[in-house]
Amino acid sequence: MSTDSAAVPLITGGKTPADVTRDVCTPLERRPTALWWLGMLIAVTALGIGVASISYQIMVGIGTWGLNRTVGWGFDITNFVFWVGIGHAGTLISAVLLLFRQKWRTSINRSAEAMTIFAVICAALFPLIHMGRPWLAYWVFPYPNPRGPLWVNFRSALLWDVFAISTYFTISLVFWYVGLIPDLATVRDRATGRWRKRIFGTLSLGWSGTARNWSRYETACVLLAALATPLVVSVHSVVSSDFATAVIPGWHATLFPPYFVIGAIFSGFAMVLTLMLVARKVMNFEDYITRKHIEAICKVLVFTGTIVGLAYATEFFMSWYSGSGYERFVFLNRVAGPFSAAFGVMVLCNVITPQLLWFRAVRNNLLVVFIISLMVNLGMWFERFVIIVTSLSRDFLPSSWSGYVPTWIEVGALVGSFGLFFTCFLLFCRFVPAISMFEVKGVLEHKHSEEGA
Amino acid sequence: MGRRLHVGTFDDAHQLLDAVHACREQGIEIVDVISPFPVHGLDEAMGIRPSRLPWVTLVAGATGLSLGLWFQYWASATNWPIDVGGRPFDSLPAFIVIGFEMTILFAGLATVAALFLRSRLCPWRRLRPGLERTTDDELLLVVRETDARFVPGTHSALLREHGAHAVHEEVEE
Repeated sequence: MSTDSAAVPLITGGKTPADVTRDVCTPLERRPTALWWLGMLIAVTALGIGVASISYQIMVGIGTWGLNRTVGWGFDITNFVFWVGIGHAGTLISAVLLLFRQKWRTSINRSAEAMTIFAVICAALFPLIHMGRPWLAYWVFPYPNPRGPLWVNFRSALLWDVFAISTYFTISLVFWYVGLIPDLATVRDRATGRWRKRIFGTLSLGWSGTARNWSRYETACVLLAALATPLVVSVHSVVSSDFATAVIPGWHATLFPPYFVIGAIFSGFAMVLTLMLVARKVMNFEDYITRKHIEAICKVLVFTGTIVGLAYATEFFMSWYSGSGYERFVFLNRVAGPFSAAFGVMVLCNVITPQLLWFRAVRNNLLVVFIISLMVNLGMWFERFVIIVTSLSRDFLPSSWSGYVPTWIEVGALVGSFGLFFTCFLLFCRFVPAISMFEVKGVLEHKHSEEGA
Repeated sequence: MGRRLHVGTFDDAHQLLDAVHACREQGIEIVDVISPFPVHGLDEAMGIRPSRLPWVTLVAGATGLSLGLWFQYWASATNWPIDVGGRPFDSLPAFIVIGFEMTILFAGLATVAALFLRSRLCPWRRLRPGLERTTDDELLLVVRETDARFVPGTHSALLREHGAHAVHEEVEE
């Protein structure tokens, strides 16, 4: 089954360290390609739609959304959970795979970490605008205030979320920047223009690459990875506690933390796959992001997708086994109720389609892999929608049941979050080395020794 | 009075490692190695002791945990206790999550701060010119001539013998 043998090199094309520097740095030093401008045009347009929608919503109020007395969380929290989940794969690739010394992570970890940071920014946007008065958002932090001081409720899962997300964002950003320093130094040393020299000279903090610096640097990276690994598990566990600590049927389950974490990894790897398949074509990184990398991500997808399927089955089993009529009703209602289409998309995209990745012929067909990755992205968005909206819309009292139809303002905010994500990602590809050069050079070096011996 | 430094330029990390071993055997003092990527086995070869950064992480993490738990307890049980159905004010299990997040936050930021301080990384630091290719593909091994074992030419010869394609001399400031 495995193609991980030494016969297939991680980096193809017989690259030398100088080739790596040139291949990664040249796209940053030339004018952007037409394809980049086209991508930027689409992304900025989507971002503009989002800015317009959210501005209108902030001026007029939350009433511009389709939420009602019964369904208090809709698109907003669905988007929040979706984007946080996307972020998880970046940390997993950069931290967990570093601890497990998986060498294939080297060429994708930089962009996956960037993806994490942008996804967390998109995620944080939604609770912020859901507040209705986002200029008072600092009230969620415990600071000495003239109201007593009245402290925030430390027993609330929503507050845990504030701490989890902000810690996650800070640590991810710092980890990403620390990982960038040696490569920023490379860009600095290649720079010809005065401003470019100055900017990258400042950003690279005078990195010199001496043996002692590398020794300490590698220790720091392993430490950060060891800190980020439990952090990433905690973040989606805490997000799931937002639901699991409520008594709503379909939410109140001890399964939720592992179920959300594995779902997050699943959706995040799907997004990594989507982005990498595009990036290797657009940025000419086909020798760095090889079929072996795609293959490895596909295997992660089929593994995590199967666990997600198991989690769905467990939810259904527990609803029946609990003996609670409300629980049973909620799950039957998911399958056959007004939102059955969303449920169908969720099962099709998350459970059934990824199973195709068991076949090597499917994994080797990049177009099919790309379509599957898009389907998983879609399916995981619908998973969150199903969890949130079906549970809320029909809870204990039939007299308070309600439907939910999103308004154009909510759709616009979702489109805008994708615009924000891709605008940031395209800018990142343009200004920062998108592949970790020093780590790829380290992997090359090992290959040379095997061949030379 | 400056001593002479010999700077050997290598393309291959393994040749550089061999050269480092040879220098250590012959008692030649290695000033430093500069490389575009971390060379595995170099720490042992040069006798660099393991970094003490993990201690910073441990202490900062413990500080974060203690501060996080103490603050939540103080705010919820001492400063403004709110009676919710007679439940205890010091609800420790509910405080664990934020205590954990504070552990990670403090430990992570302190580790990076310690890394920057110890490696003297700061935004206004500039390197002297001439080392541009050490962030691209060249590895440099810098050795010092010591009076005790001075035989002219041995240093350069040793570096060349192990694959340095260029060796130049500098006088230490």
